[in-house]
Amino acid sequence: MTTALALPAVHRRHVPVLVTLGLFVLAFVTGALRYENFGTAQVFADLFIDNAFLLVVAIGMTFVILSGGIDLSVGSVVALSGMLCAVGTSKLGVPGPLVIVVVLLVGTVFGAAMGYVIHVFEIQPFIATLAGMFLARGLCFTISEKQISIENGFFDGVALNRITVPGGVRVSAGAVIALVVFAVAVYVLHWTRTGRNVYAIGGGEQSALLMGLPVARTKIQVYAISGFCSALGGVLFAFYTLSGDGLHAVGMELDAIAAVVIGGTVLTGGSGYVFGTLLGVLVLAVIKTMLTFEGTLSSWWTRIAISVLLFAFIALQRLVGTRRRARSASTHEPATSAHEPAA
Amino acid sequence: MSVMNRANLAHLTRHRLFWPVAVLVLLLLVNAAFTPDFLTVKVRQGHLYGSLVDILRFGAPLIMVSLGMTMVIATGGIDLSVGSVVAISGAMACYLISEGHGLTVALAVSLALCLALGLWNGLLVTRLKIQPIIATLILMVGGRGIAQLITGGQIITIDQDSGFSSIGGGHLLGVPVAVLIVAAAVAAAAVLARRTALGMLLESVGGNAEASRLVGIRASGLIVLGYVFCGMCAGVAGWMIASDVSAADGNNAGLWIELDAILAVVLGGTALTGGRFSIAGTVVGALIIQTLDTTIYTAGIPPRTTLVFEAVVVTIVCLLQSPAFRAKVARRRPGGPVPPPTDPPPADKKVEIPA
Amino acid sequence: MAEPVLEVTGISKQFPGVRALDDVAFRLFPGEIHALMGENGAGKSTLIKVLTGVHQADGGRMVLDGEELRVHDPTHAQRLGISTVYQEVNLCPNLSVAENIFIGREPRRFGRIDWPWIRRRSAELLARLDLDVDVAAPLGTQSLAVQQLVAIVRAVDLDAKVLILDEPTSSLDRGEVERLFAVMRRLREDGVAILFVSHFLDQIYEICDRVTVLRNGGLVGEYPIGDLGRFDLVSRMTGQELRDLEELEEAAPAITRGKRLLALERAGRTGAITPVDLEIHEGEVVGLAGLLGSGRSELARLVFGAEAADTGRVRVGEETVALRTPRAAIDRGIAFCPEDRKGDGLVMDLTVAENIVLALQAARGWTRPLPPKRRDELVAEYIGTLRIQPPSPGTPVRNLSGGNQQKVLLARWLITRPRLLILDEPTRGIDVGAKTEIQKLVVSLADDGMGVLFISAELEEVLRLSHKVEVLRDRTLVAELANDGSLTPERLLETIANGAS
Repeated sequence: MTTALALPAVHRRHVPVLVTLGLFVLAFVTGALRYENFGTAQVFADLFIDNAFLLVVAIGMTFVILSGGIDLSVGSVVALSGMLCAVGTSKLGVPGPLVIVVVLLVGTVFGAAMGYVIHVFEIQPFIATLAGMFLARGLCFTISEKQISIENGFFDGVALNRITVPGGVRVSAGAVIALVVFAVAVYVLHWTRTGRNVYAIGGGEQSALLMGLPVARTKIQVYAISGFCSALGGVLFAFYTLSGDGLHAVGMELDAIAAVVIGGTVLTGGSGYVFGTLLGVLVLAVIKTMLTFEGTLSSWWTRIAISVLLFAFIALQRLVGTRRRARSASTHEPATSAHEPAA
Repeated sequence: MSVMNRANLAHLTRHRLFWPVAVLVLLLLVNAAFTPDFLTVKVRQGHLYGSLVDILRFGAPLIMVSLGMTMVIATGGIDLSVGSVVAISGAMACYLISEGHGLTVALAVSLALCLALGLWNGLLVTRLKIQPIIATLILMVGGRGIAQLITGGQIITIDQDSGFSSIGGGHLLGVPVAVLIVAAAVAAAAVLARRTALGMLLESVGGNAEASRLVGIRASGLIVLGYVFCGMCAGVAGWMIASDVSAADGNNAGLWIELDAILAVVLGGTALTGGRFSIAGTVVGALIIQTLDTTIYTAGIPPRTTLVFEAVVVTIVCLLQSPAFRAKVARRRPGGPVPPPTDPPPADKKVEIPA
Repeated sequence: MAEPVLEVTGISKQFPGVRALDDVAFRLFPGEIHALMGENGAGKSTLIKVLTGVHQADGGRMVLDGEELRVHDPTHAQRLGISTVYQEVNLCPNLSVAENIFIGREPRRFGRIDWPWIRRRSAELLARLDLDVDVAAPLGTQSLAVQQLVAIVRAVDLDAKVLILDEPTSSLDRGEVERLFAVMRRLREDGVAILFVSHFLDQIYEICDRVTVLRNGGLVGEYPIGDLGRFDLVSRMTGQELRDLEELEEAAPAITRGKRLLALERAGRTGAITPVDLEIHEGEVVGLAGLLGSGRSELARLVFGAEAADTGRVRVGEETVALRTPRAAIDRGIAFCPEDRKGDGLVMDLTVAENIVLALQAARGWTRPLPPKRRDELVAEYIGTLRIQPPSPGTPVRNLSGGNQQKVLLARWLITRPRLLILDEPTRGIDVGAKTEIQKLVVSLADDGMGVLFISAELEEVLRLSHKVEVLRDRTLVAELANDGSLTPERLLETIANGAS
């Protein structure tokens, strides 16, 4: 009996991702039928090239959201990283690779510090990363009020070079890096203890603690990973724009959160896949591309479309995920019910 | 100092508004020390004029938004969409005026729109039972798109001479109109909260939802009301911001104001977890932020670095509110107050099992 | 008998204001199922928390497998072989059954988690307990019973020598209990020592070998289950030794029963309380007696609509009503002071005055505030009548003592002039003076014609105040006893222990 019940349940977990996949295919095919030159491998590759930074940032966000937290600082950290790249190479004349290493380090430490505050002082992730968002953005403007363009051989080389893959499609280094990050994230979340601990904490932090899992370490790790991904996203953004600007990536945290949710990850944590996040980013990307091809439709439709999808997916999660626990018969609502069990 | 005075002082420092007001006064004094005439208010061409008046005038939108946010936070919720609503309201009002509609129509339609947006948020929270942060995130993401849809992606500029401009820049009886609107809104909110039972019932719902249910309070309606009020406050703030520059900018109007508003509410002594709220505290909190902005500006520091200061302030305030932080500090300080045990005295009850 | 696997002696634990455990000793032998029994405040949870390292004992010794040691935290306890399964399963509902058994200690091959092994091994472990479960399914899709068994499997595979089952059967149906018991018996054969906590006496007698009774933080005794009859067990748990009861002053109150206020006709709620018949009349105090977990509070919450009945009928007066929400009950003149004053009753942020007028104001709605003058008068009147200390309406209610908080809660409902007042443990944890005052108040309210449903763990109090006593056992109403002078404490205790027969 249990097996019969469980089988559709396993499928049910994949429903959001399948919906997103369907959505992406539908959008892409619609685009291909509607516009000339849309249904090509190069357009598909461009989705990755133009959104490599978003993909990397959203992957970091996936870790945080899976653990039941949220990271509002990612957009600011992207801007700060870009700014540091610009200042490091163009103002201080430090070699490009070295600057990148430092930037990645700064981002990771920044994330870990927020994770530390969240865990040790029990401050809501929303608030702690909000402070982080202010801080990173403020630091950008403290460094420079104006845009700084990057004039560095290494950055130029990476940014302008295209790699031709079989089939004649040309991809950027950024896209390749993003896909590598994606592969690593899939591996970590599925095949390492750290990854499984992230899911466990998202399913119920108290339970994870009582099962003897390293909750403190994992929580800090998660924000460090997000910080690292944001910093890397910032580097890719710098490759993409070849500049640093305090006003870069404003609101990117919202895009990243939207991509994660549209990818089927539950905002309360514990359920979701990085593959879903990849699809979520692709859906956002294809919408943007279609609007570009359309020409007459304006960019704000992207935002409206994203929010409609966001609403649809959150409502879907409520419907699929609502599993009412019978009120514990003897006394009061159990403390665990605060964690909405994921479907 | 006599014993009596000391007791009074102790009583004073315990008042919930003491620290916010103290910080505000300190900030004003710092400014007064560096800027002569900072505290003077003059009448020039029949208008009140001076730094203090400017702080009130430029702080008006933030006070409006924070006022609405206070009600929502009191219910134990939060509204991230206020920045978007600010943009939508300004866009709608400017669009209608630029299309030749009258001021009254423009204001009424934009306010009704904001009411509907607040209702949307409230229903997501109460009917679909989506967490407030997540529910209001939807409008936060989409709202700016809607604003740009209204403005057609342009920055709609309107005639300086139209009545609309006086909302942000005009004067009535020598006082800036924006300040009068805020004063009226604060008074209305205070009456609504304290002359009716709304305030007490909101605090009850935010303070203990289960007890409120068992006492027969219908929480959904109150919570929806909170979000509607918040939406409308954001709408009025949207007029002020648009009117100030005689233009609607769907992209940048009200950018980050939700964060400033949350900060103002927290600075004013209302806990993010809901329950007891203080309208006066929120007003003081918003004024602190505005004064900080002014201070930084007059000190010649690039204005956008305000964000760094705000980050520091948010962190400090939140750490001070964190029981975990207090307990750690108290433990480190010998002779400090012993932190209360995390576990209440044992009663054989399942709730206390670390579940 | 063999050496005990776990032995604690002289365990004490002090909380601010309460001595939760006082010189308690406890032994657990391999291959036995041992019941830990006690009423509210007996110290059961505290003892379990000390054994599992959630709390550190202030004094005493703990010996596990012949070695004296201290348990630092639950993880440490698990490593030592002491595992706990709670009623609310502490596993991750979003992870698969197999993963829940192995998370934190997943075997790895070539640096990555060996999923096929985990699934195979989980299926084996579950099959050994005759469980046929899809190990790849998320745990949350399984029934609570299966979740508990999975938790047990995890514990046992962690080499648990001592397995603590804290009220595992509270939410299970009969078939699920059987399944759990089968697993417990098998584990007993394998030599695991099981500590079993349950409020169901039948289950204790069915499965346990020995029982340890605690009361008020002290050890009452340890007995082989066969040597301790139900009556003796219950009297030891409640502390109502017969000689104490005999000294109980009289006081079956005079019956001045009026119109019928409320009738339950086979009203019940799945998982909370089996269908009951119950009538309450004007001027009548109906006592609810039974052990902790017997369904006292569940019945009260059902009458108030805090949890709606899913079977049967509820009639208020002559009208059949659906009490689906507290609001519906309140509108019909029903009031409820919950057992958990702080969690379900008072709003700690608000003042005494605000807490007092809350129910009345909720009924009026937010648009019609009580006129300030009327409000102040009402508050002053009830602060005076109930002698609430300090008598200042503006004090935050959190600053009051337990007794005064209870009085605030009473005042809140009394100003709504209810026809039926439900009091769930109104005198628990408050000082003697306040307790007497509340008892007197109940009597005088009934004299004035109010119906009262009175719940208390203290039989003496129930007998002193009630006109009739409803006895609950294992979530079922087993007897209705008229308190007309012939009802003796022995009989009440006997009924609680053995049921109506």
